Amino acid sequence: MQDHEKRDDREVVISVEGMTARLEGNTILEGITFKVFRGEILFIVGRSGSGKTVLMKHMIGLFRPAEGRVLINGVDVHGAGESDWAAVRRRIGVLFQAGGLLGSMTLGDNMALPLEKRSNLSDSLKKSIIRMKLGMVGLADTEHLLPAELSGGMKKRAGLARAMVMDPEILFFDEPSAGLDPVTSVGLDDTIAGINQGMDTTMVIVSHELPSIFKIGHRMIMLDGQQKGIIADGDPHFLQGESRDERVVNFLNRRDA
Amino acid sequence: MSQEKASPGGSKRMPSSIAVSESTPGTVVVTPVGRFSLDEAELLAADLNTAARDSQTSKLVVDLSKVSYLDSAAALSIKMFAGDMEQNGRPVMLVGMGGEVRRIMDMIDPRIVEDVSVSRLSHPEPVPAGAIEGIGEAAVTTAGSFKGLMVFTGELIRAVLHSLFHPRDIRWDDVAGNMRRVGVQGLPIVGLISLLVGLIIAFMSSLQLKPLGGDIFVAALVGIAMVKELAPLMTAIIVAGRSGSAFAAEIGTMVVNEEVDALAIMGFDPVRFLVIPRVAAALIVVPLLTLYADFFGLLGGLLVGMLGLDLTFITYIDQTGSNIALSDVTTGLVKSVVFAVIVSGIGCYHGMRVTRGAEGVGRATTAAVVSAIFFIVLADSIFAVVLHYL
Repeated sequence: MQDHEKRDDREVVISVEGMTARLEGNTILEGITFKVFRGEILFIVGRSGSGKTVLMKHMIGLFRPAEGRVLINGVDVHGAGESDWAAVRRRIGVLFQAGGLLGSMTLGDNMALPLEKRSNLSDSLKKSIIRMKLGMVGLADTEHLLPAELSGGMKKRAGLARAMVMDPEILFFDEPSAGLDPVTSVGLDDTIAGINQGMDTTMVIVSHELPSIFKIGHRMIMLDGQQKGIIADGDPHFLQGESRDERVVNFLNRRDA
Repeated sequence: MSQEKASPGGSKRMPSSIAVSESTPGTVVVTPVGRFSLDEAELLAADLNTAARDSQTSKLVVDLSKVSYLDSAAALSIKMFAGDMEQNGRPVMLVGMGGEVRRIMDMIDPRIVEDVSVSRLSHPEPVPAGAIEGIGEAAVTTAGSFKGLMVFTGELIRAVLHSLFHPRDIRWDDVAGNMRRVGVQGLPIVGLISLLVGLIIAFMSSLQLKPLGGDIFVAALVGIAMVKELAPLMTAIIVAGRSGSAFAAEIGTMVVNEEVDALAIMGFDPVRFLVIPRVAAALIVVPLLTLYADFFGLLGGLLVGMLGLDLTFITYIDQTGSNIALSDVTTGLVKSVVFAVIVSGIGCYHGMRVTRGAEGVGRATTAAVVSAIFFIVLADSIFAVVLHYL
């Protein structure tokens, strides 16, 4: 596989090393190791309850691993001092499953949050950046709306716009198309792929939407709840045809086990 | 030998019954007739079991040819009956299944039902604990939540210190919004409750003092009781009910919606962002509400004094003024500051601890009010002892 060899030359942005995740005494993931390379769209897939979201929350520093470590740009996410971690955090954006928009603030104020914390820009420039980012996700002229006034798909896109405000190097998505209709979902996929191409943003996407995985995914890793680890790593199209693991093939071909 | 049993189902329902007959010696045929659905399922099972018991050693045949309708519950009871019988070494023959009946019977696998009990075994449900276990569990829970409260208190103190040295980092807009909700919107109820408490104290004490000719002391009694004790206490309890609960619910909902996670990722300390504005607002507003409550409590006493005790306005005010020292008012205010921290801090603490969805938010709200009131009363008791010896 030529593709694989080329990939190994590429710059590693995230490195998960022997990470074990435990929640309330239950081991969810055990000894996970993988790398994410610059500019790729990596899908973390698996059946419900296999620990996809848990893995992502460990990668972004919200949960602390029981063992092992996560490096982003070479900085240990959980062991770094506050200032190192803050520097890394500035380079990542996260789209949460429910959007994670603050319900008490308008979209504009929500978008202003990361800017307010991280830079001393003039108000007019802030406003322009916010309008530009909202426009990029197809939500122009909505900065005065409250999150409660948005539909599910708009909330996701607004969450994406907020995650993108700082032009992050890495974007994390937790089930971006969950609860969206197929058309909206395709639109979101296109937006994600467009940002990836336009800005060379590394994307880590937790999802089990097969159409999205095949359409925009460069690579996927599959988690398994029983094995508490990764059971497949590679190009989704390749794995669909060539994987010898029944669980992977069944998943990618929508077959009942 | 044949017996028919009509199941009691009301006249509207299609009649269903079970016929039991011995076709050839040694073979008992049970024939359910009519419609069997969820309502009849249990009767059907009972009848089948009765038939089986009555026909001790005979071979048992269930003839389903006369069944006009069978739903999944009824089909399940037939299958489970057949399964039980087989385990007892008396296999049952199911015959005469028509198209519809066969289709539903084929869909039912009684093992699925059993599997549920098996999987329950592997995740044993907590056995109802005995008294000693219950005490132990409660101790562990209490210790856990005490530890959580201490950790939160530590974080809160750190955030407060940071805010003291960086007042520009405080979200003053949020402080103002919370002041309005805790303070301004609480004015009517705090005023009303204080007025009524003042009235009650004055009225009850006048009943005792009037026969002794001590009407005049009512003013001092109401004044001291309100200013030192009841106004801070009642205000804090009202704020706990109105705003402590609201803090827990708001922050809890934000936790559930991953808004708090989003804040953390954007580099905001959730305690500084969410808790400080609420605690600051309560700190500013609760003492003011307490002064306001003082006023309405005294007004309640004054009304009773003037209308029920024939005291004049001037006399009452004069008596009140000469019996309340400024230190009494400040004591009340100091208490109210402590209560403000307790109510807002505990409300936010329970909100931040929410884990599981809407139910968790509900529990946090209840816990916020209950534990806030408990800690208010506890703190008030400590004040009583300390102030006595001071």
